[in-house]
Amino acid sequence: MDSQNHASISTLVKKTYQSGALASDFRLACKMFAFIIRRLGQALLVLMAVGFVSFAMFKFMGDPVENMLGQEATAADRAELEERLGLNDPIVVQYVRYFQRALTGDFGVSYRVGLPVGEVILERLPATLELAFLSGVIAISLGFILGVYTAIRRDGYFANFIMTASLIGVSLPTFLIGVFLIWLFAVKLGWLPSFGRGETRSLFGVDLAILTWNGFKSMILPAVTLGLYQMTLIMRLVRAEMLEVLRTDYIRFAKARGLSQRSVNFGHAMKNTLVPVITVTGLQFGSIVAFAIITESVFQWPGVGLLFINAVSFVDIPVMSAYLLLVAVIFVTVNLIVDMLYYAIDPRLSVRSN
Amino acid sequence: MDNQSSNAVEAQSEPNVVSAPSTLQRWAQSDIWYSYKHSPIIIVSSITFTLLIFGAVFSALLSPYTPFDPSSLNLMNGFTKPLSTNEFTGDYFLLGTDDQGRDVFSTILFGLRISLFVGVVAVLFAMSLGVVLGLISGYIGGWIDGVIMRIADIQMTFPSIMVAMLLYGIGKGLIPPDLRDEMAIWVLIISIGLSEWVQFARTVRGATMVEREKEYIQAGRLIGLSRWTIMLRHILPNVTGPILVIATISLALAIIAEATLSFLGVGAPKTEPSLGTLINVGRQYILSGEWWILLFPSLTLLALALSVNLFGDWLRDVLNPKLR
Repeated sequence: MDSQNHASISTLVKKTYQSGALASDFRLACKMFAFIIRRLGQALLVLMAVGFVSFAMFKFMGDPVENMLGQEATAADRAELEERLGLNDPIVVQYVRYFQRALTGDFGVSYRVGLPVGEVILERLPATLELAFLSGVIAISLGFILGVYTAIRRDGYFANFIMTASLIGVSLPTFLIGVFLIWLFAVKLGWLPSFGRGETRSLFGVDLAILTWNGFKSMILPAVTLGLYQMTLIMRLVRAEMLEVLRTDYIRFAKARGLSQRSVNFGHAMKNTLVPVITVTGLQFGSIVAFAIITESVFQWPGVGLLFINAVSFVDIPVMSAYLLLVAVIFVTVNLIVDMLYYAIDPRLSVRSN
Repeated sequence: MDNQSSNAVEAQSEPNVVSAPSTLQRWAQSDIWYSYKHSPIIIVSSITFTLLIFGAVFSALLSPYTPFDPSSLNLMNGFTKPLSTNEFTGDYFLLGTDDQGRDVFSTILFGLRISLFVGVVAVLFAMSLGVVLGLISGYIGGWIDGVIMRIADIQMTFPSIMVAMLLYGIGKGLIPPDLRDEMAIWVLIISIGLSEWVQFARTVRGATMVEREKEYIQAGRLIGLSRWTIMLRHILPNVTGPILVIATISLALAIIAEATLSFLGVGAPKTEPSLGTLINVGRQYILSGEWWILLFPSLTLLALALSVNLFGDWLRDVLNPKLR
């Protein structure tokens, strides 16, 4: 009877309010508030810890003084510069200062390209975000359709074929898939470009490739490569959930009432598979950003992932530490939003805690 | 060990059985062997894996050429097709040669060796670290447990491949530039190992917390055994099942992580190429039509990753269905 509870949190709160149960309403609000505060605390802890690692890298690896002074610097020059940069202050003071600078987007200067790291990252971020967006769209839509299909036709040949193919797909390294797609679609068939971002068009001052036909064509292969793993994951999840739901009493009852197969499958069953799918999909956005490193490198897509991998091979510490912080912020924010969404869409959670 | 000895005692106490079954007999009657016999995919993948290990261990004996000895290379052999004899030198190549005239079959055998070496050592490293930290965390508890588990939580927030890349970058930065190529393999091992310990630690911690409350541990404590004796000699043998399963799954992950890093140029150097490095080299010829330089290393990696993965999945289902 879980489906009965499928009202949004606001109607639930409204109901308890109307029935005069003010006390329980208050308790519910308190619980939600406590939950959010706890999650925020955890998120902050993660950010502080990652920030410390990133700060430690920045501080202890690579000597900024060495980089800024020439060969003929005297000890006095050195001491003077150290004093000016605040390198003699207590470590906690330096840590706080690092955070203050990071908040204003000041991450130092890249050793490799000699430009401010904040600027370089900001310039490349749209490329990664649009790639992640398109691959997310592909993964969710295809994953959902195939998941529902394989669940409804669970003994069909095509469904079984898809399931087997997805098992192989999961154990394949991302870069091999990318190389294979390049070979097939760029070399053999010549349909799509094999590398680069193509033309871009500016929207509100941000250059996006997705807005031009040429740019969109260059985006297809990387986006598919990046989304494939997430797609199989979503597909398997949707299938498992759907099979679970199809076995429940209320579906059997709906069938007994003589509702059409379509209405049972899509009107009743599919709705209840959404909750876990939304949360897992949300959490997967983080790993899309991480796997973008690999995909961007295979397709020479000029995003932050490519920037990071170049930074790793050139030991460009400021870029590495800034990237780490950026990814931490993205991950923590996404996790936080997903957690709250979870609370909001699944009323069972709040009902159970009452 | 405890399980086996208790089985033997049970068997002896039964009137019908005269002597305890030998190790071989017990093995033949076990569920694991039964399940193995009845899943053809697992038989194929375990044979594949064994062959690959064999090829890696005896790569020096099996390979017809010495691809990384510059004096034995002949540039005239460059770009020979697979299954053909070079028209200038008369040398035969099973899987063709690359631009330098290196035999692809031999480079694959040596590459396989490096891939497997890095994967296995990295997993052993991750396992020892994770098991020790998990035991401490689960048995001693308190603030140590809190610290270890918070670190694990934070690391779990990031995908392990990204952690490995980052650690590789840090490791490279700490090593003086002239030693970087020499030390690259070890940096790779340590970064992949450090990125995979969390799974071990969490599982061992959970199992330890269950074992800790049992009577035999209380008895051990009562007769005054030290903490480390209890942890290593009494708890550890009873949590090996899950450790084994995670080790197999981690091996597949470690091999893929190694290949990915090497492919991206931040792993095994060109002088000691792993399968990932070979694939990266082969990719340059994708447009010019020398497909064999790319295809054969890729297929080897595929076979390796797939067989370990399938074997790990099967082992998990057989040893501990609840782990999933």
